[in-house]
Amino acid sequence: MKTLRITNGRVIDPSQAIDQVTDLWIRGENILGTGPHPQLQADRTLDATGKIVCPGLIDMHVHLREPGREEDETIATGTAAALAGGVTSVACMPNTEPALDSQASAEFVYLQAARAGNANVFPVGAITKGRKGEELAEMGGLVEGGAVAFTDDGTPVVSAEIMRRALEYCRMFDKAVLNHCEDLELTRGGVMNEGFESTRLGLGGMPAAAEEVMVHRDIALAELTGGRLHILHVSTAGSVDLIRRARRRGVPVTGEACPHHFTLTDKCLRKFDSNYKMSPPLRTDADVQGIIEGLKDGTLDVIATDHAPHAPEKKMRELTEAPNGIIGLETLLPICVLSLIEPGHLTWPQLIEKLTLHPARILGIDRGTLRSGAIADVTIINPGVEWTIDPNQFRSKSRNSPFAGWKVRGRADAVVLSGQVKLDRTFTAS
Amino acid sequence: MNAEVAVREPKAAVWTRRHLLDLEDLSRAEIETILDTADSLVEVSQRRRKKLSTLKGQVMANLFFEPSTRTRTSFGLAAKRLSADTIDFSPSGSSLSKGETFIDTAKNIEAMGVDIMVVRHTAPGAPLLLAQNLDCSVINAGDGAHEHPTQGLLDIFTIRRAKSRLEGLTVALVGDISHSRVARSNIHGLLKLGAHVIVCGPPTLIPMSISRLGVEISHRLEDILPRCDVINMLRIQFERQRHGLFPSIHEYARLFGMNSERLKLGKPDLLLLAPGPINRGVEITPDVADGPHSAILQQVTNGLAVRMAVLTLLCGQQVAEE
Repeated sequence: MKTLRITNGRVIDPSQAIDQVTDLWIRGENILGTGPHPQLQADRTLDATGKIVCPGLIDMHVHLREPGREEDETIATGTAAALAGGVTSVACMPNTEPALDSQASAEFVYLQAARAGNANVFPVGAITKGRKGEELAEMGGLVEGGAVAFTDDGTPVVSAEIMRRALEYCRMFDKAVLNHCEDLELTRGGVMNEGFESTRLGLGGMPAAAEEVMVHRDIALAELTGGRLHILHVSTAGSVDLIRRARRRGVPVTGEACPHHFTLTDKCLRKFDSNYKMSPPLRTDADVQGIIEGLKDGTLDVIATDHAPHAPEKKMRELTEAPNGIIGLETLLPICVLSLIEPGHLTWPQLIEKLTLHPARILGIDRGTLRSGAIADVTIINPGVEWTIDPNQFRSKSRNSPFAGWKVRGRADAVVLSGQVKLDRTFTAS
Repeated sequence: MNAEVAVREPKAAVWTRRHLLDLEDLSRAEIETILDTADSLVEVSQRRRKKLSTLKGQVMANLFFEPSTRTRTSFGLAAKRLSADTIDFSPSGSSLSKGETFIDTAKNIEAMGVDIMVVRHTAPGAPLLLAQNLDCSVINAGDGAHEHPTQGLLDIFTIRRAKSRLEGLTVALVGDISHSRVARSNIHGLLKLGAHVIVCGPPTLIPMSISRLGVEISHRLEDILPRCDVINMLRIQFERQRHGLFPSIHEYARLFGMNSERLKLGKPDLLLLAPGPINRGVEITPDVADGPHSAILQQVTNGLAVRMAVLTLLCGQQVAEE
């Protein structure tokens, strides 16, 4: 078995509370350990001086579009984009066509991911058959096929009764239920956040209350059932507050924030550019502050991208007609650096925890750690490198990023997947 | 004075734009340039020979993705009076049903040699999208609930001609403010020219945040009537009632309709406007609509002058250069 040494990097592993400049040793597919080991001989050495070495990043909210919408993204292109962004594992959402609602469909995802040979893919199964919100999907079969959690994301679980039963039923598999919280009656005809900006632009509004009423409902149902609840893409300060108070009472609820929701506001819609259109929508400055507070105090456990590719011809339309969603895998790190690290809201260990340990725990997957014996998924981050975001250089099949042209700092220099160096921007020469 | 000479007076120099997309973005000087130009063009409509050669050899296309009679006809006639060739395109049910995108449709029309595209669309921002993707001049003839700049301009023009000023006047917009592009264009234009603006209607049709634009909000017509110099009665769309925004047309008319009783609360020289096709007996009773305060038909006449002014400013320079 080959031995790989990543030397002299700042090793950050929140699962072991490690943050020190040292060596990381990998043998074969597994982590051997950290620290100087003079007795060990490395077959290959990566000099990580000045860089951060951490567990491979996990993005637990990704739309890979396959099967059914391969014009937007495939499992191969989406996982290539993940690696380019420093992400070694993604959890993919089940709103494909057909929906990921059976054991066979979960197994198909693993098959396609293995064929592509890029990042790991962990399928999230649908809560209901066909994501129609009517009857529970065969969750036992989905778990057997490798589903790591359940959601009808893309749409909310409208029925409180179905949501209640999903939370109950999932307890026997110890899987989390992830909900896209949106009262569809309150957002009908909505294109953007409801407020001053929507009023002035004459665009239909999606009020913050539309998200918050369902967050409130789901917290009550998690309290009733004891099921594990995860609130996807929290976008309002009010939702953060609801989750914070529920956790104080001991309700098993976790929360997730997306980089665009703590970086951009509804003022961006003044350009009428569909690359600012997503659901939940961009909110106000006060909501951005609320989300950052939630990330700081731990109310929001996870940062995930809600990577939602749409082919250019679908996005290049009237704002009211263009589909919701933006891509995020290849801009995750620099936007987190810009919005969280540089202003001093989070330290690197706090940020990495939300991109490794926490999503691994919520999904119950054996990733997100550099413990000795763990699968050797590692990301090496160059925190200071300056670059300009150019969607035409993306590995993703789609280009719908609002961050085109932004001058940013920080990106993944290398990615190790099960001991194999998969992405290597700078080490090839050495 | 010869109108053709007048439009080339120095005042027209406060204009460098290729497109007219909204009033929010225009300066006071730019709005006044349009109004002054329109003033000089009113006379043309009163002549026996109602034609100028300003846009001779140019082509204006009406591209209406939403039904319209008045605005489309008004633009068409304005272009003809300036000697432009015009084409009309109402894509409902034609290429769009074949899956052609809105931008492709517009590009195809432009390829016929169009210099000015007049666009109406249900989506806010659609004219901006065309301005970004086409080479010709784009005029917004109404984009969803966003703006309808020429309607705003003609309302303001009508007020200025009747009252000979805007500064210091109190103008109320009554009705469905939430869904009204006419309201937004009026608000931006009126505020820039120094008027005080009140929006009046039920809370379900007036977003609270609109006060941040600098307007006063009222929910009782009687309270504001005595203070108003101008009242603009916006058209109420019956479908809003089906969406539960107010209980019935009957109740709407009772609370916010203009009738001769209410009119007695107003100033003797109160000016009454109505931008769209009115629902007689709902927003305005027939006696008031046809009465001495009403400027409804002047608005239509003035609309022509305003649209001629806009076309002249957007494309007239090119003729001068040649």
